[in-house]
Amino acid sequence: MTVAVQSATVDAPFATALLELGRRREDVVVLSADLSKYTDVLPFAEEFPDRFFQVGMAEANMMGIAGGLAKTGFLPIAVTYGVFATRRAYDQVAMALSTGPSRGIVVAFLPGITTPFKATHQAIDDLALMRALPGMTVIDPADATELSAAVEFAVAAAGPVYIRGMRAVVPRLFDPARFELRAREVLTGGEIGLISTGLGCQWALEAAELLDGRASLLHVPVLKPLDVDAVCTYCARFDVVTTVENHSIAGGLGTAVSEAVAGRGMPTRVRRLGVPDRWAPAGSLDYIRRELALDAAGIAEAVR
Amino acid sequence: MSAVATPSLTERAHEIRRTVLLMCRGRGQGYAGQGLGLADLFACLYFSELRASVDRFVLSTGHSAITLFAALHQQGVYELEELCTYGMDGSRIEESPLEGTPGFEITGGSLGQGLSQAVGMALGERLRGRDSRVYCLASDGELQEGQTWEACMAAGHHKLDNLVLFVDDNRMQADGATADVMNVEPVVDKLSAFGFAARRVDANSIDDVLAALDWAREQKGRPCGLVCSNLPGKGVPSFEVYAKVHYIRAPDDVWARALEELG
Repeated sequence: MTVAVQSATVDAPFATALLELGRRREDVVVLSADLSKYTDVLPFAEEFPDRFFQVGMAEANMMGIAGGLAKTGFLPIAVTYGVFATRRAYDQVAMALSTGPSRGIVVAFLPGITTPFKATHQAIDDLALMRALPGMTVIDPADATELSAAVEFAVAAAGPVYIRGMRAVVPRLFDPARFELRAREVLTGGEIGLISTGLGCQWALEAAELLDGRASLLHVPVLKPLDVDAVCTYCARFDVVTTVENHSIAGGLGTAVSEAVAGRGMPTRVRRLGVPDRWAPAGSLDYIRRELALDAAGIAEAVR
Repeated sequence: MSAVATPSLTERAHEIRRTVLLMCRGRGQGYAGQGLGLADLFACLYFSELRASVDRFVLSTGHSAITLFAALHQQGVYELEELCTYGMDGSRIEESPLEGTPGFEITGGSLGQGLSQAVGMALGERLRGRDSRVYCLASDGELQEGQTWEACMAAGHHKLDNLVLFVDDNRMQADGATADVMNVEPVVDKLSAFGFAARRVDANSIDDVLAALDWAREQKGRPCGLVCSNLPGKGVPSFEVYAKVHYIRAPDDVWARALEELG
């Protein structure tokens, strides 16, 4: 059975979420490191030029400036690509935005293998890095609805937040009406247990279509803090669960689920599907997924 | 103004030095060289220049926290008894404290990051329409971190005339003399090239520091950089000539003698 899954698209949901936030809260400022055209922040920059800071190609400096703005009472949202937000500016995110009491929000585009640029632009380790930072909330949205909800979630949070972004035309799986960002069973009743985060939700749904109603799917947008109760209650129903994520199998969803299950002493085996321990190939998303057996057929074959 | 203030500031600086030595004596170790070298600058900042609840001081060089703690003691923020737990297990008087420790605006100490946050604060204060000034202290060694120059570029680009960078020109770093490890000079020329009004200051002369702060306030349309030459260990002759003054670990009698030398 499929629950509340739609198939539509939304234009630039992050741009809309930022604009609405900017109109509602005068303390919100946005920073870009020479990627404003490619991260859906231009509408905010045009409407609120005083509250938009172009820092040039300097991500470390951007995180520091964001930290300084936070200390003068603003809520900074630093926006760039995932690889640069994490590998390039990891220490700065940690020191300037995460030791508190002030805080910032980082929104990181080109998640996982959604770019043809191979290792230079594929953020396959960002969730692992951000999950390791004390107090950091980590969100990998599946669609436009979750991305918009993640922005609101981050604003309401107490500490620093890392959100994976999606730009331009973004698929919509979930009905935005009264939507709450939380772990939810998207497919129920099947004996094959799947768990997804981010784009992995779409991939798992595609695989499920090849599994003749035999798949269940728990989708988990918030990787940290993980809803351990929801994950473990779900896992208790299966001998094996399979995690599906647009990220390395090290340190992301698969690791988080393994930690949760092992932490409770549960016998459920965790099979992790994602980017294996090598650099993913260059090319289109479809091509990379096929090469990594993360296309519908590859996932279905792995769990069948 | 400086003629009246100088004697008092000299006493303030002396008291900062005495507090620094007492703090190190507790555990027998600490960043005494920096504390002694920077005492005159901090006396001028905390007892002449900074306007309470208006201006901001950003300590990028977390390792020099001892100087700030000692200055804040004279402002009544910390009791001497607590300061003497400097660096001890469980004490909040940490050798390189985090944001949120009273008087510490940022988490410094991961070197090379403070100026970026100072730039953010200067932008934030300007956006709020306040006349607050932001002062940032970074060491000469921190100029080797690329991020410092990213921040300088941004400060010049945004013409942040509410920002003053002090370069702690103590000419030493963890592995030895700055000039030997990685030469950072000519710092005044480099800052000027990045759009700063920059000049050198004798940071062990209260008159010179006060004059430089007056000069900095007069600069319009660009940030200010003051390259603060100072002698690590200043005021304690045996420390002034000590080669390992970057971090001093010594038995109690050495600290007792240092206090006598300071007078």
